[in-house]
Amino acid sequence: MASTASTAVARGNPVLKWVLRLVVVGYLFFLVGWPSGLIVRRTFEGGTQAFSDALNDPDVTHALQLSGTIAIFAVLINLVFGVGMSLLLVRYEFPGKRALSALIDLPLAVSPIVVGLALILVYNPRYGWFGEGLDAHGIQIIFAKPGMIMATTFVALPLVIREVVPVLEDMGDDQEQAATSLGANAWQTFWRITLPGIKWAVVYGVVLSMARSLGEFGAVKVVAGNISGETTTAPVLVQQKYQNFEQQTAYAVSFLLVAAAVVCLIVVALLRPKDHTTSRATATAALQEKP
Amino acid sequence: MSTATATVAGGRPARVRRSAPRHSLTRGSALGLGVGMIWFSLLVLIPLAAVVWTAGEDGLGAFTDALTNKQTFNALKLTVLSSLGVTAVNIVMGTIIAWVLVRDRFPGKKLIDLVIDIPFAMPTIVAGLVLLSLYGAESPLGVEWNNTRKAVFLALAFVTVPFVVRTVQPVLEEMDTDVEDAAASLGASRATTFRRVILPTLAPAIFAGATLSFARAISEYGSLVLLSGNLPNRTEVASVRVYSAIEGGNPQSAAAVATILLLVALVAIVVFDLIQRRLARRG
Repeated sequence: MASTASTAVARGNPVLKWVLRLVVVGYLFFLVGWPSGLIVRRTFEGGTQAFSDALNDPDVTHALQLSGTIAIFAVLINLVFGVGMSLLLVRYEFPGKRALSALIDLPLAVSPIVVGLALILVYNPRYGWFGEGLDAHGIQIIFAKPGMIMATTFVALPLVIREVVPVLEDMGDDQEQAATSLGANAWQTFWRITLPGIKWAVVYGVVLSMARSLGEFGAVKVVAGNISGETTTAPVLVQQKYQNFEQQTAYAVSFLLVAAAVVCLIVVALLRPKDHTTSRATATAALQEKP
Repeated sequence: MSTATATVAGGRPARVRRSAPRHSLTRGSALGLGVGMIWFSLLVLIPLAAVVWTAGEDGLGAFTDALTNKQTFNALKLTVLSSLGVTAVNIVMGTIIAWVLVRDRFPGKKLIDLVIDIPFAMPTIVAGLVLLSLYGAESPLGVEWNNTRKAVFLALAFVTVPFVVRTVQPVLEEMDTDVEDAAASLGASRATTFRRVILPTLAPAIFAGATLSFARAISEYGSLVLLSGNLPNRTEVASVRVYSAIEGGNPQSAAAVATILLLVALVAIVVFDLIQRRLARRG
């Protein structure tokens, strides 16, 4: 077993050191690096032609717009819900708090397809628990934007909370109490004391939610149904274009999606102060499913 | 009691802050909690309850139907076995990668750090597309693994790369090499040092990452859509079964498979926790 040589690596057993390096580089190169590079190369094979073609395709612009709109709504909802819930969980005492705190992580452990199924069972207009009643009032959720926004909100729900809660706990409420005793009301305390303290955690939570929301595929696909065009988001369009042998368009849209996520992550990495408490590991782990 | 704590603490603010009672709900915060809970229930709790409820509506009927259906059973078997295999690979490779990132120094290490985050930044459907470029029909390697079980394994390995690395890395960074040196100077062999000193310290982090990998792997869908071909009994995974049941207008059997998946995830969390405790105790 390679990793038996703890001190050897630190003190320099060259053979083992090189073996470990090669194993790591080889594994990541074949699994992630090479395929990712190939895709970028194939995307730009014809220069930027694929992009201009793609952006002139009404399907593509519609899908990108739809994805953007849905992601913005989902992120806004999760921002308000996340900051509010974090404050309640950290600053207040109420029965069932521990259970609620555990349940909030639940969406990260559920398959996207199951998320879609869950929403369909409750909100579809034919046999859904609430869907029939809502349909009678002319409100359509499944196979329409509200359902797609809900699905996206569901999968990204814990991200803001998981960033904000540890920072709030660290911060304590001394300053908030001081502000209150000096006559500040709840809003003033929140805007002037609490919010500046959790600013970076909120920003990071929002960016992670944005990256996750833009790329959500399974959950949205289930609730969007097969209404061609109208409810096709960018990730779903990638699948359709690829299967219709329009690979170049699929590559171009994929590239735009990945670029958006990467730009989000880089901007935050640059903006964020170095001494920020939330470690990168918890942040990246939070981006994906967690039981 | 709180006076005693305050006196003992001798005015250190941190101590006093901890012992200060938290607020009970005010009218405004109670309203906020109410609204938040209604939204959370409508979005998450009621829909998930609906899945379990729909699956169990006719007692165990839907579950036995699902498990006796050969295609569904094969899909579940493939999902669980591939996820276990991928998790095992991640335990070994993730620990080694974290090790190299923390303890080794060489040019290009930063690049490795970056490459590990790629699967996180990538939408799942794009992950499938990316793997197709190297392992699909026009592969420069000359392999054609699309529509095979190898492709399923690859996709799961790809999307779960960062989990173990990112949980083990911070623990390794904080771990002191002094203890290892002390063990070595007291005559412990490398293997003994690894087993008695390093492994017990890393075990909780490794298995936390492994649990994440497994949970992610059994629920994966997006990256498999283009890559695995979804061939019945061969490369079809459980979430694809759930999807086709929904499309086929059979929500109850979809709910049954979904509930089985949730149960498998729960069992995995408990089992991984037990293994982790056993390893940590060996120290």
